[in-house]
Amino acid sequence: MESEPLLSVRELRIAFDGVEAVRGLSFDVRPREALAIVGESGAGKSLTARALLGMLPRGATSSGTITPDLSAHRGRRISLVPQDALSALSPVHPVGDQLAAAVRSVSGVSRREARARAVAALDRVGIPDAARRARAYPHEYSGGMRQRAVIAMATINEPDLVVADEPTTALDEERRDQVLRLLAEQREAVGAALVLVTHDMDAVAGHADRVLVMYAGRLTELGAADEVLARPRAPYTAGLLASLPQHAPPGRRLPALRGTPPAPGTLLPGCAFAPRCPLAADPCHTAEPEPRPVAGRLVACHRWDELPHPATELFLKEGQPA
Amino acid sequence: MSDPLLDVRDLVVRYGPVTAVDGLSFSLAAGETLALNGPSGCGKSSTALAVLQLRRPAGGEVHFEGRELTSLPERELRPLRPRMQPVFQDPYGSLSPRHRIRDAVAEPLKVQGRWHPADGPARVTELLDRVGLDPAYGDRRPHELSGGQCQRAGIARALASEPRLLVLDEPVSSLDPSVRAGVLNLLADLQDDLGLGYLFICHDRAVVRHFADRVIEMREGRFGVTSG
Repeated sequence: MESEPLLSVRELRIAFDGVEAVRGLSFDVRPREALAIVGESGAGKSLTARALLGMLPRGATSSGTITPDLSAHRGRRISLVPQDALSALSPVHPVGDQLAAAVRSVSGVSRREARARAVAALDRVGIPDAARRARAYPHEYSGGMRQRAVIAMATINEPDLVVADEPTTALDEERRDQVLRLLAEQREAVGAALVLVTHDMDAVAGHADRVLVMYAGRLTELGAADEVLARPRAPYTAGLLASLPQHAPPGRRLPALRGTPPAPGTLLPGCAFAPRCPLAADPCHTAEPEPRPVAGRLVACHRWDELPHPATELFLKEGQPA
Repeated sequence: MSDPLLDVRDLVVRYGPVTAVDGLSFSLAAGETLALNGPSGCGKSSTALAVLQLRRPAGGEVHFEGRELTSLPERELRPLRPRMQPVFQDPYGSLSPRHRIRDAVAEPLKVQGRWHPADGPARVTELLDRVGLDPAYGDRRPHELSGGQCQRAGIARALASEPRLLVLDEPVSSLDPSVRAGVLNLLADLQDDLGLGYLFICHDRAVVRHFADRVIEMREGRFGVTSG
């Protein structure tokens, strides 16, 4: 059974100088769910996240609809956990003041009350001696504490949706799991949904309810995370998963995707993944596949029912150069 | 067992009062991959720099192809340097943005006095081909290449010196997973064909488990458990 979506994105297109980087993307975010958006560099995942926040870079033009438009309530109903925790904090103000300012920017509470909420929020994310640390500056925090403070700031106003853009890219896996667990704990406590943008397929396992796989600005596969990870239906998803060393068969060669993603504006007719796809056949070179319901999810592939499982063998031959 | 390619004993690296590496010992044979694994700040990269003698260690010995390096003056190190080459994490940062790929790969040959106008260009083409880069990319500059292509160019440049040891400092950590697999496959092929020794620094345990013959787990500058 499906609940009413928190947010619906329809036919989203984002272009720079007429060259489309996001090319007609539709998906829902459900209340309280964690939706991961994965794909390689240039797939359009960060742009999509920025569109949700109403923070597209200068020079971008967009069309399509995002309903409701939470970006009108940025900081209150929708918030951002950025990639770089240090750049998200002002170096010249104490951390507690920055959290208190975030509170006062959306509600008319007193300075004293905002201050108390800031200390409580730092305490919730496990900053030891929060009352004293609230008066310290970001450079007096360790990297891990800064990351915690940014998560506290993103959840302090009890938003409906937290957007996290590659929040763990620079971290080793132990730290990555700690950060993602803390983020889950904090947003669940306030009832917020999460859109997690990542190129790390492995970060999806255990940290997302659903996963949206993007390629060249389009939806490739969208479904329950455990089902997609256990049995991908789109060749691109299968290739991404097969190339993870933790899933690789013993022996030295890793399954790999040949080539590199297309640069925006260099697309040939047909499926954007076809030049790298070991299953590509006639229709793939002429018509771009639309997302269709397949095996309880959406898949955009002409040849999905030809995909073997596991697909490792298909990509072992592809080890060769980009 | 024959002499190891690299034999490090009781290595100590200090930055002022901070000890980054405290008494690390290991050895590495030709054709073997030894990984250094551990979180940020555990001394992996400091070990790499000390092995390459790019930062002189505060204590211990580094034996490479039978020569002890820490006691050698720079003048005597220079002829040995081509035989131990680094490959760094940031593929764009390790190549000059102003030079074409072809010139970046040719540079070690020229610096080492091994450049012959007659066959130099063909040698560069051969090196690009060896790392799976279409030689047409030789005429481009780093920003015109993808991260994976750029890292292949960095490997070609390292190979130009005909090294025996590659010190790979997080060589695939900034690459997308799909591209990462291709570069790891390339490194595996090169090792099989050329018998290179790899000191492989990587914080990703899954990559290490797949790629390395042996692993040293490092924690805050202390040596850890060797497994494998």
